[in-house]
Amino acid sequence: MLTGRILEETTVLTTSELGRLCTVEIQQIVELVEEGVLIVETESGGEWHFAPSSLRRARTAIRLQRDLGINLAGVALAIELLDEIADLRRQISLPR
Amino acid sequence: MSRVQFKDYYQVMGIAREATDAQIKQAYRRLARKFHPDVSKEKNAEARFKEVGEAYEVLKDPKKRAAYDQLGTGPRPGEEFRPPPNWDTGFEFRDPGAGADPGGFSDFFESLFGRAGGPHAGRGRNPQGEDQHARVLLDLDASLQGGSRALTLEGRTLNVQIPKGILPGQHIRLTGQGFAGPAGDKHGDLFIEVDFQPHPLYRIDGRDLAITLPVAPWEAMLGGAIKTPTPGGLVELKIPAGSRAGSKLRLKGRGIPASPPGDLFVVLEIALPPAADEKARAAYNAFAAACPFNPRAQLGV
Repeated sequence: MLTGRILEETTVLTTSELGRLCTVEIQQIVELVEEGVLIVETESGGEWHFAPSSLRRARTAIRLQRDLGINLAGVALAIELLDEIADLRRQISLPR
Repeated sequence: MSRVQFKDYYQVMGIAREATDAQIKQAYRRLARKFHPDVSKEKNAEARFKEVGEAYEVLKDPKKRAAYDQLGTGPRPGEEFRPPPNWDTGFEFRDPGAGADPGGFSDFFESLFGRAGGPHAGRGRNPQGEDQHARVLLDLDASLQGGSRALTLEGRTLNVQIPKGILPGQHIRLTGQGFAGPAGDKHGDLFIEVDFQPHPLYRIDGRDLAITLPVAPWEAMLGGAIKTPTPGGLVELKIPAGSRAGSKLRLKGRGIPASPPGDLFVVLEIALPPAADEKARAAYNAFAAACPFNPRAQLGV
């Protein structure tokens, strides 16, 4: 039996940690920040810290770039639209 | 060699055997967008996406395509397949490290072209094995109660204790369960992205859950205590008088038991008793007489 831990609760997501978890160079994470796909939550000692939900977002962005051959701007748009769809689904399942 | 099933890559991509390179690329792009697991809500999107990627890996490469075409249509798709001896003479596909997608190509592909790429290709500077990533679709109860689940990830089955309160989109980290390092030791970590299957009772929104609770018209209008299922068991829920269809009651902390725990939203739905017999019809008539009420007043009729 393997016991795992919830990554998001035990790891501070820095730029280099995100790079490792997405198997990309740090530069690609920086580009996602510059494009507004990832938001830097706090900055301390010159290091960026990201919200826990950034991991899934970053991995999605990297996969879309790699698998569908879309550029950064296209990925940013796709992710915004995916967010919007998720929001609409939420509104259907949880009426206000 | 274990049983290998022949794959018709043209059929997978829905194209003719005479398709041009441009047509192949076009079909791939369209199918990749359709089945990309991050975008698609199709069933088996992940499996279809992999299948299409594998077909494209072969058909986009003139050498691989020519070799594949030479097999003819093979046995019927799904039947057992063995590559003919020396089938790839003149093509020489057995050079690992050449290729694309790490892991996940079928036995059929590997019986022809060997293991393409692999997780270590091009990242040899690290003595530590590569991390492995996978995604699973769990039942919600795994998070609500915790408990172990047998997860099948790329051919290997792991018994994993699911952390109680894990949320959709979060990752389970299994230290040392990733790929082996170049020396066969120092495994990387395994990261499992979690999502949940639809639950028969609860809808999932991050850490919050929602349930639709049908109530009778008199329960909604007069209020009362009603038994409601929650993840922690049945509770008596107090319905305020004058509730309407769509009214939302929040049960704080009764959603997914994360830290902090989510809430459970109970959404009321008015269920009408059928006017099935004379007595019920009389009751509806008496109701109408006692409550002059125009439900369409806002429409001006």
